Order: sequence, then structure tokens, then C-alpha cells
Amino acid sequence: MSFHPKMEYAPARFHKSARTLPDPGGDFTYTAENQAKFDANVQRYPPDQRKSAILYALYLAQRQQGFLTRAAMAHVAGQIRCTTADVEDVVSYYTMFYTKPVGTYVLNVCRTLSCALLGAERVTEAISEKLGIKVGETDASGMFTLIEVECLGACDRAPVVMVNDDWEERLAPEQVGEFIDHVRAKGRAAFTGCHLHKEK
Amino acid sequence: MAYEPVLTKHCAARDGYTLDFYVKNQRGYEGLRKALALQPNDIIEQVKASGLRGRGGAGFPTGMKWQFVLKDTPKPKYICCNADESEPGTFKDHVLMERNPHLLIEGCAISCYAIGAKVAYIYIRGEFYHVQEVLEAEIEKAYKAGFLGRNILGSGFDCDVFVHRGAGAYEAGEETALIESLEGKRAQPRIKPPFPAVAGLYQCPTAVNNVETLCNVPLIVLNGPEWFASLGPEKNGGPKLFCISGHVKRPGVYETSMHTTLRELVFGEQFAGGMIDERPFKAIIPGGSSVPLLLEQDLDTPASFDHIQKAGSLLGSAGLIVMNDSVCAVWLAMNLLHFYRHESCGKCTPCREGTDWLFKLLLRLESGDGQPKDLDLLFGVSTNIVGKTLCAFGDAAATPVLSTMKLFRGEYEAHVREGRCTLPAPWRAAHPVVAAHQ
Ligand SMILES: Cc1cc2nc3c(=O)[nH]c(=O)nc-3n(C[C@H](O)[C@H](O)[C@H](O)COP(=O)(O)O)c2cc1C
Ligand code: SF4
Ligand code: FES
Repeated sequence: MSFHPKMEYAPARFHKSARTLPDPGGDFTYTAENQAKFDANVQRYPPDQRKSAILYALYLAQRQQGFLTRAAMAHVAGQIRCTTADVEDVVSYYTMFYTKPVGTYVLNVCRTLSCALLGAERVTEAISEKLGIKVGETDASGMFTLIEVECLGACDRAPVVMVNDDWEERLAPEQVGEFIDHVRAKGRAAFTGCHLHKEK
Repeated sequence: MAYEPVLTKHCAARDGYTLDFYVKNQRGYEGLRKALALQPNDIIEQVKASGLRGRGGAGFPTGMKWQFVLKDTPKPKYICCNADESEPGTFKDHVLMERNPHLLIEGCAISCYAIGAKVAYIYIRGEFYHVQEVLEAEIEKAYKAGFLGRNILGSGFDCDVFVHRGAGAYEAGEETALIESLEGKRAQPRIKPPFPAVAGLYQCPTAVNNVETLCNVPLIVLNGPEWFASLGPEKNGGPKLFCISGHVKRPGVYETSMHTTLRELVFGEQFAGGMIDERPFKAIIPGGSSVPLLLEQDLDTPASFDHIQKAGSLLGSAGLIVMNDSVCAVWLAMNLLHFYRHESCGKCTPCREGTDWLFKLLLRLESGDGQPKDLDLLFGVSTNIVGKTLCAFGDAAATPVLSTMKLFRGEYEAHVREGRCTLPAPWRAAHPVVAAHQ
């Protein structure tokens, strides 16, 4: 997470931290399948430590509806038996939870050193131009969201892009246009995936 | 001396990750069988004798860490395997978990037996979902084969191994922050003492160990501490994985002993194979982004914890980031400070605010608006972070600035003098996005 969302030098700005509550959203309850998954996962922890399952519970909710609304967080709070404030505290810390709608494919471009040395900045630039969006935005079709992330732990395959839970490795800036077209046409099948995974 | 890999020997084999392959070709779970016939304390003694040092960054002796784990207590004990692997330039645990998962599973089981724990949690970073799927499937197989679960191999010892998925936070790699995150809270470190060995996960005695560290445990039990120690220089024994990335021909994970010099790792034919396009070498970060840079003249240093420390840097997580002469020192510091500013957990002021100010100053220099006083300011802010924070993150964050300013002060001065970046690299964007708005 970042404590410094986008601040100019002018110190007056520092005092005006706007706190916006996430979208309340409609009614939310787990599907029967997700409920069963949660009930199984919570068994991994001692009975008085249900809170340990909170990240898992949030992932389930996020996968079910694409992003986390306040209703979803309230549901998770009920499952964990903690307060909604506890849930919001966790959600707002970790970068992999979304509190706003995102595209079908979230393009997480790694921008840290090793990837940057091999052109990650140009990958972001190329995606941005191709889709006509800035970092943090979703394109008009609702298919792609562009995000910059920090080191993904695969620096030997730079530049790396994580797309939802899948990976695209060694994406040269020149290949970005073609890559986006492939994803549009073929969906998940377009990703090269983690090379270690594929070698099997 | 030719080095025979032991951790990653079969990583390229197609089915090298399966239980059958592991049992057939790597004497799989023999170490566990042997361990269960010993007293737990004997295993700790063996690990101590081997001199195994933690592979997560600090290089702390593992046997000693285990010995500190409180014994006389009615509370349960825990092993937490640190698979957060978020240090920029590091990707070794990724390979081990995906291509040799049973070595880690066996390591977890033996370590649990040694410290008297019954549960090991593998805390894996959220981005490694594809790794987690492999790991969980293989853990399932280990349960079915009787290597995990109740009464393992008829010894009466019970052990569970669970994978816990993080959700995107570098700081979750710090051991007490990892514990907090496992407990379902924000990944922010605790004040020490008490150390995890006394009050860790759920306030119970806990040992936090890196993936590579735990993978070495079955090898020590199987082949003996003397064998392990003999693989490397004194106090730096055992196999070591080196992650090489950046401007080299063949980036990747290479296993060798800590006798190998940095020069061999970067230029050796069996390793990274030299610089891309034969461009001149400029600098190397030998241990993940948190350690000082080394130059050409330091390359003949053996890549061991102690030798690299003597050369003025640290082996850290053994993530070697190699840079050629197209890299601007100010840009380098700015790139890394963007990382630290984003990842600071926010618990202490010098780190939370200091990283932001450092980044802003570097951005100002890099975009040409730097002023002469900025250099002193950078130095002042950095030295006011070092040693004044709760966890080692603060020192790590100041390091790229202090190290580049020491080695390449001329470049900083040139930025101020010329009012622009003096080394605009071809791999940079025309209009880079800086300070992302997330
Ligand atoms: C900011 C910070 C981040 C860290 N990240 C990791 C990490 O991603 N993986 C890891 O194994 N250790 C990491 N560590 C080191 C751990 O705190 C701890 O020393 C290590 O897990 C201990 O295991 P070891 O003794 O086997 O090395 C980090 C430390 C700090 C201060
Ligand atoms: S040094 Fe930084 S990362 Fe560590 S506890 Fe303090 S604020 Fe958090
Ligand atoms: S720097 Fe991009 S994956 Fe590590």
C-alpha cells in the first residue's frame, strides 16, 4: 500500500486527507461453493484464531464479485466474527484487493529495477497508448485495467506482467500491441504463463 | 572444482516436482525417516554443526535460532516458512517451491520435529498463485503417502503443513510482520523483544525460516553436517542459490558454492554469461535491492556472506542485479525509492515520511529541477532514517541513496549542473509514469 497517494509539494494539501468509504454495493453472501471453501480453510487455524482466514475469505469474495464492496466486507466480518472496521483495516493495507470495479483482465506491470532495466517503463507506455488509458484506469470496453506493481519475484524473465492470477513473462515493449490483441481474441489462453509452470 | 547441484539438480526435469520422482531420484523423505529415529535435540545439534545460515537475508545461524525456541511451555509451537520472496532481484524460492516442492515439505516436517511443533504454515506471497497450486497439490500427495498427517511413518509424530496466501505486501517478509499477517492483521512488524522464539504466532514460540533454509535441512540430516560445511568457505557452508538478473546474457537462478566469485557468476559461461551486447559493466547489487552497490574492482570477491560483507556490501537474499553503463545512478536510486516508498508499512515516521521525501527529491533531480542543496538534503534525510526505525526496512530504504551518492556523487552533481538527466537510457520510456496513483 502507499501512504502517499499523489501529493504535491504544497504542504497545505497534506492536511486534507479525504476518506472515502468503499461502495456499499448490493446484498452479498457467499455462494454455497465458496461457503464450503471458507469452512474448510478456517479449519487450518486453531479454533480461536478464525481471523487468520481473513485474507482467504476476502479472496473468495473478490473472486465472486470482481471487487470488494462494503456489503462483501460485512459478510466477511460475519464469517470471521470480527468487526467491519477490522476487515476494512486489512483490505486497505494489501494491494491485491480492489475496492472499485476493475476490468476482466488486470494488467499488473512490474516496474521495479530488474524489469525497468529491460524496458518495463516502455511496456507500461505501450499498453497505455494501445488502450488509451492511464495507469490505474480501465479501458472503455471494461476489459483491461492497467496497474503498476513492484517486483513480482521473477526478475530473470523481465519484463513481467501479472494478469489476474496468470503471468506473462518477457513481454518486450514492441510485442505489447500484439499481446493485447491476442488477449482480446483468446482470453486466458493468450498468456505465456510462468515458464517454470509450463515446462511440466 | 566442479560443483554438483543438490537443491536444483532435477529442476529442469519434466516431472522433477512429483512425489514419485522425488522419492526415486533424490532419496526423498529418507531424511525425515532418519530424523524421526533421532532425538529432536540431536537434529538441532546437527544443524548447528553444519553452520547453516538463514537464506532469507540476515544470514543468522539456523541451529541457534531453533535452540532459542522456548521448550518448557504448555503452548503449541510453530514453524512459519517465509515464502514471501518480495525482495527486488530475488526469485530463488519461486524455483524451489515450483520445481522441487517436496524438498520444502520434507524440510518443514523435519524442522517441526526438531523444535517440537506440530504445524508449519508456509506464508506465500499472493502473486505466486500458480506456485501455490502446485505446492498444495503436492502437499496433498505427501499426506496420502503418509509423510504428513497423524503418526508419520509409525513414529507417533503428527505434523500438518498448510499454505497461507498473502495479498501483496513486501513488508510481510519481515518475520514479525509475517506473523501479524498470518494472524489476519496488517503486515506491520512487532516491537522486539519478545522475539518470535518466545512469543510469535498466536503468542506461541515460533521459528520463522526462509524456503531455501528449510530445503537445506533434509540434506543436512541425510548427508551429515560435515558434508554440508565442506561445500563452502568456513562458516559459509552448503549449497547456495544465486538469482542473477539485469543486463546479463543469461539471467536465472544458479546453484553453486559460496567459493564462487561474483565475477564468475556474472561473466562465467556456466552462469550468467556476461553482459548483453558486450556493453561495459557499471555496478552490481549483490543481495537484493536493500544492500550497497559493488563495482568492477570488487568482482573477485567470493559470493559468501562474510566475504561480501568485507567488501562493503551484504549477500542478503543473493539477488544479484547487474547493470551496464547505460544506468544512471540517480535514476537507479529513484527507481528503488519508489519501491520503498510504496512498500513502507507506515508504522514508524522516519521510514514512512523519509522514503516519500527521498523519492520526491530524487524525482526532482532526475527531472532536472534539482538544486545544489538537494544533495545535502538527500544525505540528511537518509541518515535520519538509518538506525531510527523499528525494522530493518528503514536502513534498507536509505541504502540505495547513500550507496549511489558515495560511489557516483559526480552524477548527482551533473544532474544539478546540467538541469537534466545526463544518462538517458534507451530502455526508458519517453514520458515515464512516475509516482503511480495507487
Ligand atoms: C523488510 C524485510 C523484508 C524481508 N523479506 C523477506 C522475504 O521476502 N523472504 C524471506 O525469506 N525473508 C525476508 N526477510 C527476512 C526475515 O525477516 C527473516 O530474517 C527470515 O525470514 C528468517 O529466515 P532465515 O533465518 O531462514 O533467513 C525480510 C526482512 C525484512 C526486514
Ligand atoms: S521501518 Fe518502515 S517498514 Fe519497518 S516498521 Fe518502520 S515503517 Fe514499517
Ligand atoms: S523486478 Fe520485475 S519481477 Fe523482479
